[in-house]
Amino acid sequence: MNPVVIPRAHYLNVNYGIKAWLFTTDHKRIALLYLASITLLFFVGGAAAVVMRLELLTPQGDLVQSETYNKLFTMHGVIMVWFFLIPSIPAVLGNFLVPLMIGARDLAFPRLNLLSWYIFALGALFTLTAVVTGGVDTGWTFYTPYSSTYANTHVILTVLGVFITGFSSILTGLNFIVTIHTMRVPGLTWSRLPLFIWAHYATSLIMVLGTPVLAIAIVLVALERVFRIGIFDPALGGDPVLFQHLFWFYSHPAVYIMILPAMGVISELIPCFSRKRIFGYNFVAFSSVAIAVLGFFVWGHHMFVSSQSVYASMVFSFMSMLVAIPSAIKVFNWTATLYKGSIAYDTPMLYAFGFIGLFTIGGLTGLFLAALAVDVHVHDTYFVIAHFHYIMVGGAVMGYLGGLHFWWPKITGRMYPEGWGKLAALIIFIGFNLTFFPQFLLGYLGMPRRYHFYPAEFQVLHVMSSAGASILGVGYMIPLVYFIWSLRYGAVAGPNPWGAKGLEWQTSSPPPTDNFAQTPEVKEEAYAYGPQEVHVV
Amino acid sequence: MLSDLPLFPEQASTGAARVDALFMFLLAVSVFFAMLIFSLVLYFAVKYRRRSEAEQPRPILGDVRLELLWTVIPLGLTMIMFVWGANLYFTMASPPADAMEIAVVGKQWMWKFQHPEGQREINELHIPVGRPVKLTMASEDVIHSFFVPAFRVKMDVVPGQYTATWFEATRPGTFHLFCAQYCGTAHAGMGGRVVVLTPTAYETWLSGGATGESPVAAGARLFQQLGCATCHRADGPGSGPSLVGLFGQTVRLHSGETVRADEAYIRESVLYPTAKIVAGYQPIMPTFQGLISEEGLLQLIAYIRSLGGGKTGTPS
Repeated sequence: MNPVVIPRAHYLNVNYGIKAWLFTTDHKRIALLYLASITLLFFVGGAAAVVMRLELLTPQGDLVQSETYNKLFTMHGVIMVWFFLIPSIPAVLGNFLVPLMIGARDLAFPRLNLLSWYIFALGALFTLTAVVTGGVDTGWTFYTPYSSTYANTHVILTVLGVFITGFSSILTGLNFIVTIHTMRVPGLTWSRLPLFIWAHYATSLIMVLGTPVLAIAIVLVALERVFRIGIFDPALGGDPVLFQHLFWFYSHPAVYIMILPAMGVISELIPCFSRKRIFGYNFVAFSSVAIAVLGFFVWGHHMFVSSQSVYASMVFSFMSMLVAIPSAIKVFNWTATLYKGSIAYDTPMLYAFGFIGLFTIGGLTGLFLAALAVDVHVHDTYFVIAHFHYIMVGGAVMGYLGGLHFWWPKITGRMYPEGWGKLAALIIFIGFNLTFFPQFLLGYLGMPRRYHFYPAEFQVLHVMSSAGASILGVGYMIPLVYFIWSLRYGAVAGPNPWGAKGLEWQTSSPPPTDNFAQTPEVKEEAYAYGPQEVHVV
Repeated sequence: MLSDLPLFPEQASTGAARVDALFMFLLAVSVFFAMLIFSLVLYFAVKYRRRSEAEQPRPILGDVRLELLWTVIPLGLTMIMFVWGANLYFTMASPPADAMEIAVVGKQWMWKFQHPEGQREINELHIPVGRPVKLTMASEDVIHSFFVPAFRVKMDVVPGQYTATWFEATRPGTFHLFCAQYCGTAHAGMGGRVVVLTPTAYETWLSGGATGESPVAAGARLFQQLGCATCHRADGPGSGPSLVGLFGQTVRLHSGETVRADEAYIRESVLYPTAKIVAGYQPIMPTFQGLISEEGLLQLIAYIRSLGGGKTGTPS
């Protein structure tokens, strides 16, 4: 057996210098450009959350002014949603892996891919400028007529940032769709695609179809602010609730942009670390598409107390109940995959376990919000905050971190330190639950969201939540440190340290610029783990 | 210590117990499925842990019967949640006909209330126990949301239209009132309390303090001041249709359509008179935008309602 060494030439050392990175069209390098940008933005958005949690330690508003608090939660939401969660898995792991997983040399439109990153960076620059020059206080939801008429903060700059970034999403989505349709290697049929690819295909559909509606909605907000045209402000003859329809038509499916790719990651991790074919491949694959399609018809569940017609609310409640089913199907199939497997507890698998647990809680509490009469009580309370953090942080971020650990050896050629990895995963899991579980209780008790100060009886639960946040913050710092450390000191990984199936593991780590020395051919189903003599079709 | 850590909100309205019952059902189903998944994952993770690097478990492709099972059972349960939730929501959106009407105006950052007898309050609402109360709500600026956790009641207050909600308090006490929809700088301070009184204490409270004009009387005065009475004559055909007996009735429009004369219709007709022209009349009424406040509009509507016709609103 050959000693494991880093290959002599790979995509990282093919050339050096700032230009070699800023003008690259290599999907793997672009993925790393995204990784650096969104990591920075994640810690900026996280810092806002830290100050908020500190403020909420006491019932009085004593750390910052109300104006500042309102800007903090707006900045936290805007940055985390559009500049971290939405690009996280697709733009980093998806960018890196979609071509590798289908045996392609790059995405279908490499230069468009680079343009996506520049557009993303430009959008981020606009929004960060808004933050630095005074901030914006509308909430990430930009509800009218507050955003279009009453707010005195940098609304236009912020919405322009979000508007611009949207195009990056659209272009990435288009690139993935075309790549997946046209660039699969021979033998890689749709029913053999890794579920990560299915999930990215479904996500791309939402990006392409949903994002333009958000763009329209926020441009109308900007136009109303500047030219006083009456779209949303009733004083000008507009309808403020119309904005909510347009906003959530994108922003609810956007939740699936965040969670579907994470589900794709989990569908890779569980078979690998249990050495089992995924249970019910077709059901897991089609449930991604079902979520993407049904997800477009549930936006009104954000508006049950908005004055929307009761009959519309009933339809949206019904559809929201339906969209829960494909998610349940996935969870059951992942669980069944573990049955009679050979289960290893490496760091990525710990994140997968964490994902199943937290996503299950997040998904089940979604039913409370879909059930009309209960939603009336918990709408706009901490119950909602807890629910969507279980999905977006407990789900999407756990999936992202699990994936990052799983493919880190492929991306860098080196292993992260396993012991530290497990410790960080545990700290994040504990910190997360301590932060957000008390918020379910707070929400049902009636604690409204976006409150700078609050009645004293809520304090104990808020203190628990803040304590959890400090643990969570430490948990997130640890991987940042050891990932950087591993670039130089990590053990050399070799092409396939996990014994994983999938084309990305058949090339060297890090891969060469062209990904594969020879175009691979696919002769087996996805996740062909298990005894080699068994060829089940 | 336990008193510092509340775990469940107090129930103080007829709706609260019903919402909590559905909540408990959801909780039971959720706990069951969460425990099912957690224990299966834990059990498998321990039982099938990798004991040797050479392990190559046999693949299991799937099982359509299992897939059907875990599709149909959750589907059935969510349909129960849907029907139960929708049914209750519909009740919560339909105020009883005999409900006491209170006018609510939200503005940055206060709540203003006016009782049928004329009392006005700010950030504090006194109501009697055991009597349905319907709130008709308007906003002077941005969207607010009227939220009383102990009643399990929440409804947005949207500028440019009326929204309504109702509740019936079941016990005397003082309960939080919050604005639940983010409305700007002092959003967290836009709250107050709902004081539920025994019927006699409520009568005493009503008779104490400054009794202003009742909304109906104030509306009648506005009706004269703004010159409405010139065209909308009580005794018969003027340039505009008579408003006697109008409220709650179906009105035939010039366009051939019909519309129910509710709060929203009257509000629209005052502010945008040409939007809906009653059949047989000319579009000659001027707009009263800027001439009448949200509170004034609510008083005008109270007056028009007092002219007969009867019923109050159903769900919008």
